[in-house]
Amino acid sequence: MQLFRAVILRLLTMAVTLSGVAVIVFVVIRVVPGNPIAMMLPPGATDEDVAQLTALYGLDKSVFRQFLIWAGGVLQGDFGTSITTRQPVLGLVLGRLPATLELSVMALVIATVIGGFAALTGTRLRGTRSEAAIDVANGMALSVPDFLWGLVLILLFGVLWPVFHISGRVTPSIDLPFTTNFYLFESLVRLRPDLWWDIVSHMLLPALALAIPLAAIIGQVLKQSLKETMHLDYVTLSRTKGYSESHVITREALPNAVLPALTLVGVQFTFLIGGTVIIERLFSYEGLGNMAIDAVINRDLPLIQGIVILFAVIFTGVNLIVDLACAALNPRLRHG
Amino acid sequence: MPTRNLNRDSIRNLNRRSLLQLSAASVALGVAGLPARAQAIDELVIAYNVSLPGWDPTVGPSAVNPTIQGIYQSVFDMFIAQNPDLSFAPGLITEWGWNGDRTKISMTVREGVTWHDGSPFTPEDVVWSLERAANPDTGNPIQFVWSTIGNFSIDGNTITADVLRFDPTLFKWMSFLTGYVLPRAYYEKVGAEGFEAAPVGTGPYMVEKFERNAFVRLKANPAYWGGKPEFETVTIKFVTDAASRVAEIESGNAHVTLEMPYEEYDRLRSGGTLTGTAIPVSDIGMIFLNDIEVMTDPNVRMAAALAIDKQLIVDRLLSGYGVPIDTLQTPDYAAFDPSIKVPHDEAKAIELLAASGYSPENPVKFKIQTTRGFKPKDFEMIQAIVGLWRKVGIEAEIEVYEIAKHFELRGADQLAPAAFYNWGNAVGDPTTSTGFAMFGPSPHSVWDGEDLIAMIGPLWGEADEAKRIEGWKAVDRYIADNALVIPLIQYVQPILAAPGVAVTPHASGALLPALMKRS
Repeated sequence: MQLFRAVILRLLTMAVTLSGVAVIVFVVIRVVPGNPIAMMLPPGATDEDVAQLTALYGLDKSVFRQFLIWAGGVLQGDFGTSITTRQPVLGLVLGRLPATLELSVMALVIATVIGGFAALTGTRLRGTRSEAAIDVANGMALSVPDFLWGLVLILLFGVLWPVFHISGRVTPSIDLPFTTNFYLFESLVRLRPDLWWDIVSHMLLPALALAIPLAAIIGQVLKQSLKETMHLDYVTLSRTKGYSESHVITREALPNAVLPALTLVGVQFTFLIGGTVIIERLFSYEGLGNMAIDAVINRDLPLIQGIVILFAVIFTGVNLIVDLACAALNPRLRHG
Repeated sequence: MPTRNLNRDSIRNLNRRSLLQLSAASVALGVAGLPARAQAIDELVIAYNVSLPGWDPTVGPSAVNPTIQGIYQSVFDMFIAQNPDLSFAPGLITEWGWNGDRTKISMTVREGVTWHDGSPFTPEDVVWSLERAANPDTGNPIQFVWSTIGNFSIDGNTITADVLRFDPTLFKWMSFLTGYVLPRAYYEKVGAEGFEAAPVGTGPYMVEKFERNAFVRLKANPAYWGGKPEFETVTIKFVTDAASRVAEIESGNAHVTLEMPYEEYDRLRSGGTLTGTAIPVSDIGMIFLNDIEVMTDPNVRMAAALAIDKQLIVDRLLSGYGVPIDTLQTPDYAAFDPSIKVPHDEAKAIELLAASGYSPENPVKFKIQTTRGFKPKDFEMIQAIVGLWRKVGIEAEIEVYEIAKHFELRGADQLAPAAFYNWGNAVGDPTTSTGFAMFGPSPHSVWDGEDLIAMIGPLWGEADEAKRIEGWKAVDRYIADNALVIPLIQYVQPILAAPGVAVTPHASGALLPALMKRS
């Protein structure tokens, strides 16, 4: 019951947060310089032409009135029409969301595997040169930004040893029999390893570029947490029982040490989705981030609003899920 | 790439070894799936520098985006075609012209053309496209040109119309922005959304598949009136990042790409594998001068113009890829006058500034705005110019702005005293370069001098073509003599192609797959 109340409270907080985001983004993108009408004016356009186009896109009304119209539409599921594509915003962003989610989840999985492996190995080999090497690698992974890793990966696996695709989400010549835009997921469900591999070979490099810095963070936090846990009495007790060091680390210490890393993964996942903006651009990946850059360049106000709101929903939603997961795993949190 | 299904039994029987075999096979499959570099090219892959937002070439911001026109021109035909050297050629309209007193126009429509859906192309399609373009409700940004004609009548394959307002550039616009013919019956049947989902044109290629922000796959139109294109299938991948485009062509993932840094162009071309073309296109770099603050002083303006060594900038910053210009006309344009010169003259610049009381010790100060990364070396070019100015007694503060802000400031006549911009003019007419950039009442001009307005005004409706062109040349001379704008360079467009592909560049800057041949 307590958990249920907490969830309701968080959902209400989410609604307030999203409303605030909606107001801020609506006002800010209208205040910053860059008028979408000015961008589409041809040479020779008269003041009348300007007024005509401004009215056509509804930008002749006051900002407050524009907001009311937009907010009214949003409450009915209508996020407006994109200025550049002249398509409904909701359809556009929901169409691209699966691509970004799949990329982010894949990056998260890679980061968790690499980071977890580095932390466990570093803990197992603590005090040796191997631990030092892992720490150095961790530091390097952390200090280089994801877009630079992207360029390095393009050079290595796209140019010097071209084994992976460096642009797009799927080979254009392939006819996809999918009904959703969750290509990776659907290729698995439909038991199509050929399609699955094609999608993975497009997704692997951008996912890896996103994952490397995150893997370093996960590795560092988990290793530190393991280090603290390894000194606790119950771990010492399990050692005296004669369990191997690997058993002690993975079976005894890890379950308790993983909680801080889990919280971190949740928080970092939201940043990971934010990071897709640059990486998707670099790899010409047809996700939400790539669309966001185009929308900003073209001052496509309705599309920017839609994307920002969707990002906000994801951020707040992920935070809620992480809190619930932590509560479920940690009895102290679960029982208040 | 071959496809196969794994059935339930095969999944159940997977063991470690078969899984490894599958992985190895998948890797091999994936590698094999990458486009071949030099073998016989069945499917031409182009790494394009911009993304295509939508398929209606007559509405919205993309309709006036010059870089997208190459894709539109692959699917749709323009009313009047344009050769790679910018000269005009029969298109869907084969003959065109005014009557003697310029009160009517007539157009002859090409016969035997079919739309991609197999239906016949008719003069009604042309009239409907022109009337739709002139309708302000459709949102065509060039409506002000298309609305200069009306009251159409069709007789066989000849269309006549009344001239409502005489515009000497009307037919030139028919091969320029939004000058596309769309299918009346099909559009009315499927509506705007249906057209967006499955566009139909008469162009050399048909749209097979379109993934927004990702790629468009085109199939050759076997019934194209200009002859079937050489490559049966063309995939245009939208690769907006220049470094990624270079990687695409270097790795063999793409056969053709364009607009990469000139240093990369030289490096890849000299590698011996890729071939390159780099021709001047109808796009220039210029500095707008706003008649505010110190720019009202002719000595300052002229000194600023004379102090710039354009050839030095081309050689040092653009690796030699660029053509210095002295007016807003490039050598390909109708009103180009090679006798108008604004030479680099540092001593004269110092002398002019001294006459106004300025010197390197007591410099004249103003702000210059520029984009950064919007055009090749734009910011670096302005940095170099500011350095040259400093030597003669001009201290300019650089402000970097986004292109969207430039448009807004220019529209509101609020640009800084100096502002860098690039200007495209694929039809090469002086009205669409000097005219709109320098005519005070135009929302694109920030020079409001009455003398220039008085010179340009009568030229808008000048019916005598020779007199009109001479008039524009006189305007350009006046502008150069008074330094009302600083033209800098004509851009060169670098294009790289894999072995086996011969690219014919188009001076408009449009990269057209239909002009690519096997070599």
